[in-house]
Amino acid sequence: MSVSTDLSKDELLKAYRMMRTIREFEERLHVEFATGEIPGFVHLYAGEEASAVGTMLHLNDADYVATTHRGHGHCIAKGVDVRGMMAEIYGRKAGVCHGKGGSMHIADLSKGMLGANGIVGAGGPLICGAALAAKYKKSGGVGVCFFGDGASNQGVIFESMNLASVWRLPAIFVAENNGYAEATSSTWSVATDNIADRASGFGMPGVIVDGFDFFAVHEALGEAIERARQGGGPTLVEVKFSRYFGHFEGDAQTYRAPGEVQKLRDEKDCLKRFEERVVRAEMLTAAQLRGIDAEVKSLIDSAVSEAKAAPLPTAEDLLSDVYVSYP
Amino acid sequence: MARKITFSQAINEALSQEMARDETVIVMGEDNAGGAGSPGEQDAWGGVLGVTKGLFHKYPGRVLDTPLSEGGYIGAAVGAAACGMRPVAELMFIDFMGVCFDQIFNQAAKFRYMFGGKAVTPVVIRAMQGAGLRAAAQHSQMLTSLFTHIPGLKVVCPSTPYDAKGLLIQAIRDNDPVIFCEHKLLYGREGDVPEESYAIPFGEANVVREGNDATIVTYGRMVHYATEAAEKLTKDGIDVEVIDLRTTSPLDEETILESAERTGRVVVVDEANPRCSMATDISALIAQRAFHSLKAPIEMVTAPHTPTPFAGVLEDMYIPSAQQIADAVLKVRG
Repeated sequence: MSVSTDLSKDELLKAYRMMRTIREFEERLHVEFATGEIPGFVHLYAGEEASAVGTMLHLNDADYVATTHRGHGHCIAKGVDVRGMMAEIYGRKAGVCHGKGGSMHIADLSKGMLGANGIVGAGGPLICGAALAAKYKKSGGVGVCFFGDGASNQGVIFESMNLASVWRLPAIFVAENNGYAEATSSTWSVATDNIADRASGFGMPGVIVDGFDFFAVHEALGEAIERARQGGGPTLVEVKFSRYFGHFEGDAQTYRAPGEVQKLRDEKDCLKRFEERVVRAEMLTAAQLRGIDAEVKSLIDSAVSEAKAAPLPTAEDLLSDVYVSYP
Repeated sequence: MARKITFSQAINEALSQEMARDETVIVMGEDNAGGAGSPGEQDAWGGVLGVTKGLFHKYPGRVLDTPLSEGGYIGAAVGAAACGMRPVAELMFIDFMGVCFDQIFNQAAKFRYMFGGKAVTPVVIRAMQGAGLRAAAQHSQMLTSLFTHIPGLKVVCPSTPYDAKGLLIQAIRDNDPVIFCEHKLLYGREGDVPEESYAIPFGEANVVREGNDATIVTYGRMVHYATEAAEKLTKDGIDVEVIDLRTTSPLDEETILESAERTGRVVVVDEANPRCSMATDISALIAQRAFHSLKAPIEMVTAPHTPTPFAGVLEDMYIPSAQQIADAVLKVRG
């Protein structure tokens, strides 16, 4: 088995570091959330890293991404500051949104991250707008909308796909099908066998990819993104994989089969498979990867301890930034 | 140099002048041009009532027709605004807000706050509102208060061609999301409008008519019925002040309260249904902050708590009339 030749060693190291950072961020949040210190709801992306990273390696700051309530992975991969994200999740003033948004609303427009979103499917129209802006300004930029199998049934997602085709927008719709919309299985809620089957109904190509395989995702998204950049219009990519944790933290996942998650961790894990492949192909060494693991652990540790010690927002923060100016 | 043009033409002029001035201003909506993909005339309509006619050819590539997908294209306008454009999207009838409200109240309105002050979303959503065309229940509503309620939105309701042009120019230049409400029955109304570009600031009500005996607070098409009522009442020796809010968010509280304190007798007129309306909002403001100046309870003149009926005779009962407004003034006068 050989590694795709379009990825250099540096890119492979970058990909691994990004995936490992997401994994450690989410695994640590799983532990910390259980202490009761983190406010509100968190929805963890652990297990799905290959989708975010395989996509984001093709993007730069001129490209836009919109994501879901399960958005930490996309935010990290798009370059949002990890410490700032952790502080935001802890509701601190030092957070990327000054503690005003929380886990579901992490955004950084300077990095083209239009935000995690608490409204399922809302990213579809927003990305049409971002892609429209990129096309209008001739920036060469694209817009990528990540949405789930649940959102794939939301009306605005259908509207967005049709609109993106009719307006021939540089947009990519990535349906992250992790098998469950909350506690409801996607095989039940999606009327077709695959979400990608709907693509031709919206005038665009539909592609299915194994979401546990970083290289498969990277290749498929590379084609879709290039098509968009060249003015070829939108693509629907269905990424099939699974999440390790519940819909939200606190979800006991009783709707899943006993041992289902452990089996995925043992047999399908995207980080394990990535390592096996790059080490066997002698592109990277295990030692290099362990080095990255240690650095990432240190980053996450300090992000958590800094977040816990950071000051809370104040009464002034409650009232600020509703408008740019008022009146 | 002012000349007489219609409310509709004033809006067209505002759009055109801003599009000339700022290349990031684009227009989008269903049939905002008309003829997309069809063999006949392009820019066939210029909007269902012709308001945007001519812009399609004047500014090539900047007037976009849309499929029938309010959720999709209103959200696209919001997204484009967050990414450096200044879109003016048309929600053909404000009654259609139901199919796209999420993108307005959960997305556009909340980006700046949720993202810690780092987002700027300068989108304008133009929408027709109001009764009088026998368009019936789903095409005749005044939903101003629903948008006014949402922190993060600005809401504008011009009553004259002069205000329409100046407020729309302000709306396009404004860096916050603006809902620009156009009353259908005002489109044909003529008024003096300067040729040059000008912006009217938000949060500044217009005292249409000064008076010391009673205050009428209102907005939109009702301004003209209020003025008509006030003229009638001069014959009874009653001198009525008429305040045109122009914008319900931000609201010019100062002008409202100063007048209420001075006259002590207030009538609030609102074409909308009464519950949770602009009428109740303004009445509460005055009752809280000018209570001791009031010489009589505040009177509200509104549509009834019903959907808008179709039959002309019923719709005419539904819409507040100048006579009802005059009667309300007489009532607060005791």
